[in-house]
Amino acid sequence: MDFFNALILVLDSTIRLSVPLLLACLAGLYSERSGIFDIGLEGKMLAGAFAAGAVAYISGSAWGGLAAAILVAVFLALVHGFASITHRGNQIVSGVAINFIAAGSTIILGQAWFAQGGRTPSVDASGRFGPITLPFADSVRDVPVLGPIYSELISGHSLLAYLAFAAVPFTWWVLFRTRFGLRLRAVGENPAAVDTAGISVTWLRYRAVICTGILTGVAGTYLALAMNAGFVKDMSAGRGYIALAALIFAKWKPVPAMLACLLFGFLDAMAIRIGGTPLPFIGRVPVQVIQALPFVLTVILLAGFIGKAIPPRAGGQPYVKER
Amino acid sequence: MAEAAIELVGINKSFGAVHANRDIHLSIPKGTIHGIIGENGAGKSTLMSILYGFYEADSGDINVNGRKVAIRTPNDAISFGIGMVHQHFMLVENFTVLENIILGAEGEALLNRSIAKARSELHRLERDYGLEVDPDAIIEELPVGLQQRVEILKALYRGADILILDEPTGVLTPAEADHLFRILRQLKDEGKTVVLITHKLREIMAVTDNVSVMRQGQMVATRKTSETTVEELAELMVGRRVLLRVEKGEAKPGEVKLSVRDLMVKDSRGVTMVEGVSFDVRAGEIVGIAGVAGNGQSELLETVSGIRKAVSGTVMLDGKPIDVSGVTDPGDLRDRGLAHVPEDRHHVGLVLPFEESENAILGYHDEPQFLRGPFLDRGKVVAAASDQIAKYDIRPPNPHLKTANFSGGNQQKIVLAREMEQDPGVLIVGQPTRGVDVGAIEFIHKRLIAMRDMGKAVLLVSVELDEIRSLSDRILVMFDGRIVGERGPDATEGELGLLMAGVDRKEAAE
Repeated sequence: MDFFNALILVLDSTIRLSVPLLLACLAGLYSERSGIFDIGLEGKMLAGAFAAGAVAYISGSAWGGLAAAILVAVFLALVHGFASITHRGNQIVSGVAINFIAAGSTIILGQAWFAQGGRTPSVDASGRFGPITLPFADSVRDVPVLGPIYSELISGHSLLAYLAFAAVPFTWWVLFRTRFGLRLRAVGENPAAVDTAGISVTWLRYRAVICTGILTGVAGTYLALAMNAGFVKDMSAGRGYIALAALIFAKWKPVPAMLACLLFGFLDAMAIRIGGTPLPFIGRVPVQVIQALPFVLTVILLAGFIGKAIPPRAGGQPYVKER
Repeated sequence: MAEAAIELVGINKSFGAVHANRDIHLSIPKGTIHGIIGENGAGKSTLMSILYGFYEADSGDINVNGRKVAIRTPNDAISFGIGMVHQHFMLVENFTVLENIILGAEGEALLNRSIAKARSELHRLERDYGLEVDPDAIIEELPVGLQQRVEILKALYRGADILILDEPTGVLTPAEADHLFRILRQLKDEGKTVVLITHKLREIMAVTDNVSVMRQGQMVATRKTSETTVEELAELMVGRRVLLRVEKGEAKPGEVKLSVRDLMVKDSRGVTMVEGVSFDVRAGEIVGIAGVAGNGQSELLETVSGIRKAVSGTVMLDGKPIDVSGVTDPGDLRDRGLAHVPEDRHHVGLVLPFEESENAILGYHDEPQFLRGPFLDRGKVVAAASDQIAKYDIRPPNPHLKTANFSGGNQQKIVLAREMEQDPGVLIVGQPTRGVDVGAIEFIHKRLIAMRDMGKAVLLVSVELDEIRSLSDRILVMFDGRIVGERGPDATEGELGLLMAGVDRKEAAE
């Protein structure tokens, strides 16, 4: 039973830790499916987290924080769009620039406004997206096996976490069952086909990066107002890049994206769980080794265990009308 | 004359200093197949792009079915019943046929109903026009002929009454092209108007009712196809008399220069591309290799010219073996008198951002004649380039111009001049006239014949059957990596076409 409880705990934190990855990964999916590579997920998430922390602290409203985060992240997404769609700039350079801007400006603004070394002051519970207890969670707690799974694992997460997982089937539906999705997939493969079919490539791609902005905004809000109680500098901690790796594992598909994010979340949870405790046969493993595991796994998996991941064919290339 | 489906009145379009379309007047009667012919850069594609809403004309009017219209986007064109089949297919390769057909014409925000509607509509089009294609097939798994059919279906699904086809047969086998023409005739019988843009005279004669000729941005003539000849059209296109059939004397084959035995080549995926290929090329003859693109000719060329490894087999140059098991240094082969005009001049034959003079000596740049000590002697390089420019009539005659700024035909002349001027014993030529204008084709053909008459061994690979037939002294047909037959230069097109399609004459008779 001890092992079972420990497992539930690890899985519970797996879910918690994979939510920001999942949101960022789905965000990237919209943009990259439309042919716009976005290495700036990290920066948008960070800027979103700062906006969420700052506005939630000042207004005391979690929803205000969420709205601010989405606004800021969408703004940055539009900057990326302006550079790479309208001006046909290099998408990687634009994305990296956004990461730098976000990393620097959040600290400077944080220091200027709150003078706490780049962090925002602690946001109290009313300004956060705290855990939600699902109906009957308490009454079924004592049912063997299923009880703890429901009340510990499934119940008790932030509203944004449920939103993130709901976004997976929703994204699948949008991609494969709607006109917008058909066009989005087409424009990432062959924008000329979309153009000659009488659809605006520019407007379509802008809509895709706006979707990316919204989701990274939610991801940032989750970091600042659900996982933590405010913004801390560099709190995205490379999650935007891990989300990109997950997107490649998942071959740009929503459900595999969720599984990949859960895997990374699990590794993260294990790192926290076993960090510092001696392992049988191996002894004490330095926590850095465990923390490095997701990155090691990324390299190993990408080196050939997942088969060929073919990105959208027009990805990274600005569309120029020929002739 | 019937009412005009399309009427262009005084269309003008300039790109910077280039006047691409100059005061174009054109009337295309309803229910006819109308050919538009002209050299590359004559302005055919620009004109059609204006009609399809890619560009807006600087001045002039477009009337569709007698009504003056403004076409600013492809959407406008579609709404006026104009459909276009592009030279490079506008298909999403990993989508199904159905998905490609509804893209942009979905009708509503959710796909379920539009897919069901498209499916039944597709059945109707299949029934009415004999345009069969599996609606659930993935585009990239279909042969090009079927992909083109999907493009036609796309236009018809959008209710096109006027169908524009831009160079539709470039990627087709002769049989596929004939099938396409049958489809076009059937579309005409159903009352559709077809506009066929091409630079191939044979197609114009085969299928059109009327033909308009463009030259240097102007519409120079319109003829009834039945009242004109290939010679007249060629002259109108080029602006002077053109010899379509090269005149050449009897070949005087000498000793064997290049000898290939049991060659087997695999591509990077490990698929066998060339198998059991053996042939000789003698001094003073042109051996042509015919075949539909992708049947191993490219791999054969690359192996013989030292770019690609062979799995087994031997290649002898002047009686001495070439090491084909490893990648031979093509530079060594050049030294031994083997010159190569690659199929893909943009990626293999030329460095497009370089100056013309640099490309004129590329691969021969370490020859003493171009060097002063360890350095290139720019003066000698430019002199050699100017010499080639004069001899091969490369235009514009500027050795300092960036190579990318030359037209396709002149780029090809740069490559040919470079390789021929080194006086090789063996010349390997891939697709010498791909994307090259009629006038330049005539010139290139003459030079190849001249090389033969100088006693060089020439190996020619081309997907243009006419070219193979008019130049070659012997014709080898490749199908599926093998040489499936050898014919003389008098072989009929039908005979070669069957071989190219992998059909044995015996089988065909059954």
